[in-house]
Amino acid sequence: MAYSDKVLDHYNHPRNVGSLDKADPNVGTGMVGAPECGDVMKLQVKVDATGVIAEAKFKTFGCGSAIASSSLATEWLKGKTVDEALAIKNTDIVNELSLPPVKIHCSVLAEDAIKAAISDYKRKQEERKPAEARA
Amino acid sequence: MKTPIYFDNHATTPTDPRVVEAMLPYFTVKFGNAASRNHSFGWEAEKAVDNARKQIADLIGATSKEIIFTSGATESDNLAIKGVAEMYAEKGNHIITAATEHKAVLDTCKKLEKHGYRVTYLPVKADGLVDLDMLRESITDKTILITLMYANNEIGVIHPVREIGKIAHEKGVLFHTDGVQAVGKVPVDVVKDNVDLMSMSAHKIYGPKGVGALYVRRKSPRVQITAQMDGGGHERGMRSGTLNVPGIVGMGEACAICQREMPEESRRLSHLRDKLRNRFETELDEVFINGSMEHRLPHNLNISFAYVEGESLLMGINDVAVSSGSACTSATLEPSYVLKALGVGDDLAHTSIRFGLGRFNTEEEVDYVGARVIEVVRKLRELSPLYEMAKEGVDLSKVQWAAE
Ligand SMILES: Cc1ncc(COP(=O)(O)O)c(C=O)c1O
Repeated sequence: MAYSDKVLDHYNHPRNVGSLDKADPNVGTGMVGAPECGDVMKLQVKVDATGVIAEAKFKTFGCGSAIASSSLATEWLKGKTVDEALAIKNTDIVNELSLPPVKIHCSVLAEDAIKAAISDYKRKQEERKPAEARA
Repeated sequence: MKTPIYFDNHATTPTDPRVVEAMLPYFTVKFGNAASRNHSFGWEAEKAVDNARKQIADLIGATSKEIIFTSGATESDNLAIKGVAEMYAEKGNHIITAATEHKAVLDTCKKLEKHGYRVTYLPVKADGLVDLDMLRESITDKTILITLMYANNEIGVIHPVREIGKIAHEKGVLFHTDGVQAVGKVPVDVVKDNVDLMSMSAHKIYGPKGVGALYVRRKSPRVQITAQMDGGGHERGMRSGTLNVPGIVGMGEACAICQREMPEESRRLSHLRDKLRNRFETELDEVFINGSMEHRLPHNLNISFAYVEGESLLMGINDVAVSSGSACTSATLEPSYVLKALGVGDDLAHTSIRFGLGRFNTEEEVDYVGARVIEVVRKLRELSPLYEMAKEGVDLSKVQWAAE
């Protein structure tokens, strides 16, 4: 199969590879997929005091298109608010990377990873509220 | 050294220039039809076919009259299995095969099941070999054929063919073996190995594509098969169709070269294969060999690089041609059914790579490929959340995965 130039670029120069501190209350972690299926994506966001995503990191086990989808997602996430991040659709990723039909599931997984990371962040924020109220 | 480098010699092999040389006159000058009995063009073609038949027979310990030419091993497998099933239908309707066979065998068996035959698909052990006791126990008074491959095309594991043939003969059952990956690579002797029918293909042994053969034993026992194509009654009525004379000449020459060069070639390739394997095992952690190393073709290495998905690895070594058991590289989007049959988990099957060395590969290429693979595996492990978790001591089999 031939890969698009953008997929190749992300594969050869993946953006924002790495891990953030899972325990940090301002960090949301999303882990989706399963090793048996051949794809696992871990995507993390760090949200600043103004509700804007200041940092995004990923690690992916999967094919080149899965790596490219998650790498692209971290690029797009940076500088977005949490709500803007939730508006990213898998079809945007498909279009940007020119993914063929057999690779659409990679973009779906990336969207799921974004949603999972944001919801983890929101959950942590919710958990913190009562504690602050008591203080 | 030229790139891309070809390490996929189980899929096909380049045609040896000596084979091409032998074939060329049969396209243009000696173009006769081997079935033309009335003129020198026909006689010349027939003589060339007879010579090739002898070269092929010599390589496998058969006689010329036992070689039936076909269009390749897919046809040979079909002809052997369907031909026996039809010919011996009165005697029984049961066939025994194994889960790791090539699709040309498995799908032929599945087709026969639709026509009322019963097929036993033997499981294999973790090393890829069938359990001979289980084979023995599977034979019933309705069993007419055992079909088990000589060597596997993915993991290179060699079956104990001689014992399998012995078991078959003790029970009066015919034994067919798909010899595609073994013939020309390791010593094969149909008499000593108790083989009744054997499929072969020219393009896996440095011959041309689109030509193959079926060995059909002529005595003790005399095996009969029902033709699967109707026509001029060529090949003793077993396979009609004008013979592919240039292809057949090429297959004959390819066999003769294999016979002459096998001892030296297999020693050289197993040395290179072991060098590659040792390098992976010393420079990388968590690599796993798939299938028996002891009963294996000299030029095959099938290895899983844990936590690195196969297609992404292939993408990183894009100047090297190898194949992967990963689902992403298969038409069905399922990981390799052969590895599954060995009990290799889907997670490791996705990380498997098959290296198939061949006659034209050099030590320099092996060194280059070894270095490239190690470099890319390391890079992709830096990117792998699974590798990170494993290094943190997380037991990945206990994780609740949020799969799609
Ligand atoms: C074990 C085995 N059997 C059968 C075949 C089919 O051979 P052919 O390509 O000659 O039809 C192959 C090749 O893919 C093979 O590896």
